[in-house]
Amino acid sequence: MTDAAAVITWINGPVIRARGSSKIAMGDMVGVSDQNLIGEVIGLHDDEMTIQVFEETSGLTPGMPVYSTGLPLSVELAPGLIGSIFDGIQRPLPVIERKTGSFIGRGFGLTPLDRRTRWSFTPLLIKGNKVSEGIAIGSVPETGVITHKIMIPHGISGTLTWVAPANDYTIDEVIARVETEHGEEPITMLRRCPVRKARSFKNRKEKNEPLLTGQRVLDTFFPLVKGGSAIIPGGFGTGKTITQHQVAKWSDADVVVYIGCGERGNEMTEVLQEFPKLIDPRSKRPLMERTILIANTSNMQVAARDASVYTGITIAEYYRDMGYHVALMADSTSRWAEAMREISGRLEEMPAQEGYPAYLSSRLAEFYERAGLVETFNGDTGSVSIIGAVSPPGGDFSEPVTQQTRQYTRVFWGLDKNLASARHFPSVNWLNSYSEYLDNVTEWWQAETQMPWRELRAKAMQILTEEGHLDQIVKLVGPDALPDDQRVTLETARLLREAFLQQNALDEIDTYATPQKQMKMLELILHFQARAEAVVSRGAIINTIQELPILNSLIRMKNTIPNEQLERLDEIRNALDEQFDQLELLYR
Amino acid sequence: MKTTERSAGLLIAGITSVEGPIIRVEDTGIVAYDEFVEIIDSKNQTRVGRVLEVGENFAVIEVFSGTSGLTTAGTSVRFSGRSLQVPVSREMLGRIFNGMGKPIDHGPLPLAHNFADINGQPINPTARIYPRDYIQTGISTIDAMNTLVMGQKVPIFSGSGIPHDLLANQIVRQARIGSQAGTNEERDENFAIVFAGMGIKHDVAESFRNAFTESGALNRVAMFLNLADDPVVERLVTPKIALTLAEYLAFKCDLHVLVVMTDITNYCEALRQISNKRGEVPSRKGYPGYMYSDLANLYERTGRIKGSEGSITQIPILTMPNDDITHPIPDITGYITEGQIVLSRTLTAQDIYPPVSVLPSLSRLMKDGIGEGKTRADHPALASQLYAAYAHVQDVRSLASVIGEEELSSIDQKYFEFGRAFEKQFVNQSFSENRSIEETLTIAWRILSILPKTELTRIKESDIEKYYGTA
Repeated sequence: MTDAAAVITWINGPVIRARGSSKIAMGDMVGVSDQNLIGEVIGLHDDEMTIQVFEETSGLTPGMPVYSTGLPLSVELAPGLIGSIFDGIQRPLPVIERKTGSFIGRGFGLTPLDRRTRWSFTPLLIKGNKVSEGIAIGSVPETGVITHKIMIPHGISGTLTWVAPANDYTIDEVIARVETEHGEEPITMLRRCPVRKARSFKNRKEKNEPLLTGQRVLDTFFPLVKGGSAIIPGGFGTGKTITQHQVAKWSDADVVVYIGCGERGNEMTEVLQEFPKLIDPRSKRPLMERTILIANTSNMQVAARDASVYTGITIAEYYRDMGYHVALMADSTSRWAEAMREISGRLEEMPAQEGYPAYLSSRLAEFYERAGLVETFNGDTGSVSIIGAVSPPGGDFSEPVTQQTRQYTRVFWGLDKNLASARHFPSVNWLNSYSEYLDNVTEWWQAETQMPWRELRAKAMQILTEEGHLDQIVKLVGPDALPDDQRVTLETARLLREAFLQQNALDEIDTYATPQKQMKMLELILHFQARAEAVVSRGAIINTIQELPILNSLIRMKNTIPNEQLERLDEIRNALDEQFDQLELLYR
Repeated sequence: MKTTERSAGLLIAGITSVEGPIIRVEDTGIVAYDEFVEIIDSKNQTRVGRVLEVGENFAVIEVFSGTSGLTTAGTSVRFSGRSLQVPVSREMLGRIFNGMGKPIDHGPLPLAHNFADINGQPINPTARIYPRDYIQTGISTIDAMNTLVMGQKVPIFSGSGIPHDLLANQIVRQARIGSQAGTNEERDENFAIVFAGMGIKHDVAESFRNAFTESGALNRVAMFLNLADDPVVERLVTPKIALTLAEYLAFKCDLHVLVVMTDITNYCEALRQISNKRGEVPSRKGYPGYMYSDLANLYERTGRIKGSEGSITQIPILTMPNDDITHPIPDITGYITEGQIVLSRTLTAQDIYPPVSVLPSLSRLMKDGIGEGKTRADHPALASQLYAAYAHVQDVRSLASVIGEEELSSIDQKYFEFGRAFEKQFVNQSFSENRSIEETLTIAWRILSILPKTELTRIKESDIEKYYGTA
């Protein structure tokens, strides 16, 4: 570290002011005091700068030095990220534990990634090849499922003059040299990348492959695409975190970045202890081999919440650039917005709605626009999908963060308090949720399942909507007053809710459903409706249908029939037909 | 800058302004943020405070015990050079302290060799042990449907006039480490109780003290009392002192500590008052934007950590202003804590005790503390079924109020009956009734057996065969 660039003049919680340098730029990372607490310059006025400090500021005094690093707030990118758990400013939490014990201390210049680990590097290019930003020159097997591509960093292009032979190297050993216009540049595996700016790529591509989650209500009814963005708003106790965990566990992304932003410590511990034990159904490897955790719990310094979101998205983009599909979960973006509000308040900025700063909207826009399906410089296809949880105060979706986020996302998974209190999970409300990607994924579903996904979905949605209307009448006059054909609709809707939409995250079989299982189940329920309507039109009364033993099999099919034994659903279908055939005989 | 020396230990005469509990001092020399300060008034009385903001040669200080009687010229301040630290020791169990941690039971100052910063430090998530051992409270609605686990933070959301204090008392008295249904293990239990009262009425404090005395628990309890007529700012310190002791007892003395904090609403009012006096930009209902972080700093001081046998379980109590669960105080709390126990005015009015309203109540950590090998294999599904059935009861009741009970379908009539039995037999129990987990599950099966088997869609068929109609 160089000489002190400035001295502290004022301290108010996580925000401090310092004076004395015109060399430090807006957005620069600085070291505060001799403890080197990490801070970021968020305002400049003549030679006085405003700094947000990502660590506890207790004990700082005016007159203490501020050091320049000459770099904007950055993350380290290299093999070793996967399977790690970092805090909001990418400090490795296990290393902190070794240094300061069970409680998080502060002020030590920890490197995010281990410098001693040797990684097995295999060159992909040879001396004389032309290279430029994003071109992969070698690869490293990072975990059982992820091969890490070593790419040429931003701003370097030229001819390879040397590539290291296949061997084990640490991340700061030189593994290649590039002759550029400005001379020879050594290349290591380690990159430092500013977090506030999106990483570049060749171009965006059209998104038409769903990001499968194995959750029926999400995949079948409100699908997200690879490279898309979704919002999960819900009051406390509606199951945002469980939904996020389920997607982190079962989604068909290659890499998962999970940001716990201002949330509970025990939840992060749960993920940490559970994921290494869970096996990914596709790769048959532990889930931790594709997961990166960023934990900024609610009692850690508030400014680091803001940083955690950017740290996460930058790491996600890095793996996208290697040609992976990355899913990023941020739980909860409301805490991030509140951190902005708190810092803004300490800066005495003019508040907009509900005390939030006026730039809330543009920050959210910048963040969600970093999602996308792209062609990388290396010619691969990669994506970042963002799933942001929002915690609206009082569960009221009209508040600023929910509304602004809605503006920049195309899938809305609204969680419902009433469903949650009846323990109907996932508590996604099917009447107010939506996905704008239906057209994008229709073909995929058709090709994958050989079933008319779009039509089945539309039919099911229609039944659920109609149930919404009929419910109003039922509340006034009771179900007995309805004609039997409408009661068939109610009965089908009940099946849709209990047998299809409701999914038990804790049940071994039910926790994850393949697209094939989802379609077969849905088709079966709609088949029930068709048969029931037919027999009712012949004069059968609803009670005879409600008493059919097949209903019990339908309700239990989700947790009795595993994904590998879908032929058993055909048996249920046969039994259903048989029972209805017999019923029809009575009403010929 | 006039002085470049640290002013720690120096006496600085004269303050510039006094506004509510906030004072401003100039010509301070170098002062640290968050430093602990002694304020000496003209009568030579000492009060204490904390630095909220520092600049070059000025400091803004909040005075915990209020500012009345302070004069600008006659007051001097002494900066300590460190943040507020309190003594912690096992000897503090069995004692009663005021909101600043000074004994008020006429006993001597407790002997302590350890001092700890009241702000604590965040627990590293990698150092935590995920809580999995359930606590049996002997209360059916909690044990069966909102099971507590050791190391969890679960607030009681109540309202004025609802017997939340009684319930907290009962939990404290009956809490024990849970065992499997049917077994009767008596374990050696190292329970300790830390009680923090913030702005509570004298008789509430007295009732807790009596309850602790009667149950013979008083020697395992440390009480910190900031009463309703004590200084407001002190309320902001009381829970921090209590939690600092709790951390010492749990992580250094390996005790299972139950922390009861009441009333969080008063704490938040104090927070709003300070914020308001400082002219900060308010967020909802005038509460400061950092209330989430501030409350999180209390609630997150809960859990278990590696290398220690002890645990901290928090039961904060808050009265919802106007019974409104969407009010910022319960709302923010619900987002931080691991569930909540909501008490209902309607049940109170029907004289049902404890008036736990199960539908909005929740225990997030329950899933890992119950089931096979912990309580009983059928427990998770049973709880889910109780929720589903009781939620349906609400629909049936509103329908019955329109078309009349007689007009309900036969199934709905069963639900109607179930609802009544649920409240009268399952929810309702006496203040001294300590139900074992087995008794609780038995009652649950008895009332669920009112419904036909086909309605129990969330329970495995084999469990229905085993338990249905047997109780």
